[in-house]
Amino acid sequence: MLRIDNLHACIGGKEILKGINLEVKAGQVHAIMGPNGSGKSTMSNVLVGHPSYEVTAGTVTFKGRNLLEMSPEDRAHEGLFMSFQYPVEIPGVSMTNFMRAALNAKRAYQGLEPVAAADFLKLMKQKREFVGLDAKFMNRSVNEGFSGGEKKRNEIFQMAVLEPSLSILDETDSGLDIDALRIVADGVNRLKSPETSVIVITHYQRLLDYIKPDIVHVLYNGRIIKTAGPELALELEERGYDWVIREFETAGK
Amino acid sequence: MSEKVYTGLYRENRTLVGNGSCGVMNSLREDALAALETFGLPTKQLEEYLHTDIARWFEPDWGMNLGRVRIPVGVSDRFRCSVPNLSTLAYYLADDRFVASDLSQRTSLADGVIIGGLCEQAGMFPDTIAEYYGKLADMQRPGIAALNTLFAQDGFVVIVPDGVTIEKPVQLVTLLQSPVDMMVTRRILVVLGRGSGLKLLVCDHSADSRNYLVNQVTEVFAGEDSSLELYDLEETAHTNKRVSELFVRQDAGSSVRMAGVTLNNGMTRNSAYVTLAGKGASLMLDGVAVVDGSQHVDNLTFVDHQVSDCQSDELFKYVLDGEAVGSFAGKVLVREGSQRTVSQQTNRNICMKRTARMFTQPQLEIYADDVKCSHGATVGQLDDKALFYMRQRGISESDARTLLMMAFTDEVISRISLEPLQQRLRHLVERRFKSGSNLCEGCQICK
Repeated sequence: MLRIDNLHACIGGKEILKGINLEVKAGQVHAIMGPNGSGKSTMSNVLVGHPSYEVTAGTVTFKGRNLLEMSPEDRAHEGLFMSFQYPVEIPGVSMTNFMRAALNAKRAYQGLEPVAAADFLKLMKQKREFVGLDAKFMNRSVNEGFSGGEKKRNEIFQMAVLEPSLSILDETDSGLDIDALRIVADGVNRLKSPETSVIVITHYQRLLDYIKPDIVHVLYNGRIIKTAGPELALELEERGYDWVIREFETAGK
Repeated sequence: MSEKVYTGLYRENRTLVGNGSCGVMNSLREDALAALETFGLPTKQLEEYLHTDIARWFEPDWGMNLGRVRIPVGVSDRFRCSVPNLSTLAYYLADDRFVASDLSQRTSLADGVIIGGLCEQAGMFPDTIAEYYGKLADMQRPGIAALNTLFAQDGFVVIVPDGVTIEKPVQLVTLLQSPVDMMVTRRILVVLGRGSGLKLLVCDHSADSRNYLVNQVTEVFAGEDSSLELYDLEETAHTNKRVSELFVRQDAGSSVRMAGVTLNNGMTRNSAYVTLAGKGASLMLDGVAVVDGSQHVDNLTFVDHQVSDCQSDELFKYVLDGEAVGSFAGKVLVREGSQRTVSQQTNRNICMKRTARMFTQPQLEIYADDVKCSHGATVGQLDDKALFYMRQRGISESDARTLLMMAFTDEVISRISLEPLQQRLRHLVERRFKSGSNLCEGCQICK
């Protein structure tokens, strides 16, 4: 699905990613954990092609294609989706128009006709119910006036509509209470299939109680310093990150 | 000093001008001549004209059709300014000449409604029209009203008597069409009697890419408890210059809603002077401009709260691309004793490129203490975060931009009460955003 080799990236001349290696296979859930400032958000932003970040070395292949050469919109069309840590408010653009534009852009990329009005409404209703978003949200501007929980549910709603093959959940648990967290996680779990993969980026372990990872990585200072099974997340929760960092630094010497 | 050319021209052609017009319009020409000689045309030295050099526009030796030579106009071919699903009473001005309209549509109007060409109607109702003509257009200061009054030979008038509401929107289509470059002097008079109602849509078009300079003066009397909606859509060409002055007087309890839309033009200066003269009058004054290339749009508004308990609400939004220049200067004056005034003025602008320029100058002058007044002005770019968010969802950068710009302008368009006109404007604005510059040559007439 996704293969990252020796990825280096910087923002504003400052190097943040210093050689990331990662392989995500179809059907897998990977968790990327790490202390603040370790490069977690940079990694997700680089993968979706945020223009503020510059890749200085390394390669990323997605479904066999060079991801780094693709525009952000083409990455999306190819099946890459990111649930934003801070979903953006877009005053004046209704959820309906936004979703129709996104869906039709993807369909055009696939050589399909724009979605018929009745089919679109049906799809919206079905996916809204999936994450428990009220119908009234569709007439409101994208994320405008949404609560923190509603914004995150809206991200999962969009994910459900666009049916990505690889989803990156960037700190999706931040600012969520337990109920909202459960709804969001439940949505992600129900969207999982043997053909789709998920990268969960999180600072805390609590989301991983709901979305069970197959593999857990620790990102520190722009590198993945430890990779293990789901038990690593629990250990990190108990003991913090310091021991992993020490272990890594000792090994380096 | 270019006014000298015009005062001289008038003196040489006094008879010709008069013969091509009517008594009501001729009666003010000598006053206009004196005013023009005293105050001249506005220059950039005046604060109100800092960003638009009106006097220079008038410098070239413009031809005028003072002899009223009939320029053939294929009305049915050229006037295709339709708003789908909006049935209107349509009237036409070819350059500055009223084109006899379909008389049958007048029979549906209530008794006492005066509507049609200024001179045509002045022939039948000279006293009524003389009561209003020239009474609001202030010539005693630098501006274009004096020059307009000096040379205007025809125009459009609508007078709605007390208690009458014209249900169907009235549409005035103006079309510039001439075998030579020309200066066009247009005059519009709108009078609403007590408790009357009118919706007026003015569509400004040019049929070719000749150089035109349009000088337009509109006078609006909104009587007690009357209700007026006035929409002004400019869809001309890059070679077109337009300077317009709008004078509005609102009596007690009247409600006036106006919006100016500039999509395709060359250089435009619109000045709106609104006097809230009776208690409880309310005004909504909006504008939207979508321009690029070398287009220039300058809106000046002056809202005079002369009495208590009035409301004014202004919203102007510009999207500027290329090397376009925009200007908004809005002044709200709340006079002594105008208590419980509620006034709001907002001007928001997006410059798509660094080469586009916007000047904004909000001004509030308040001499009463129990008022609620606010104003705000911003100049910015499209929200990069929103753009990227949309692209991550697969929406192309250009579509994302269009969606954001549509959302930006829609705040003004959604305040227009005529639903079909809203839809039409959304369509035109979207087409404008998608077309980019220079694609509009030759498609100035909405199809």
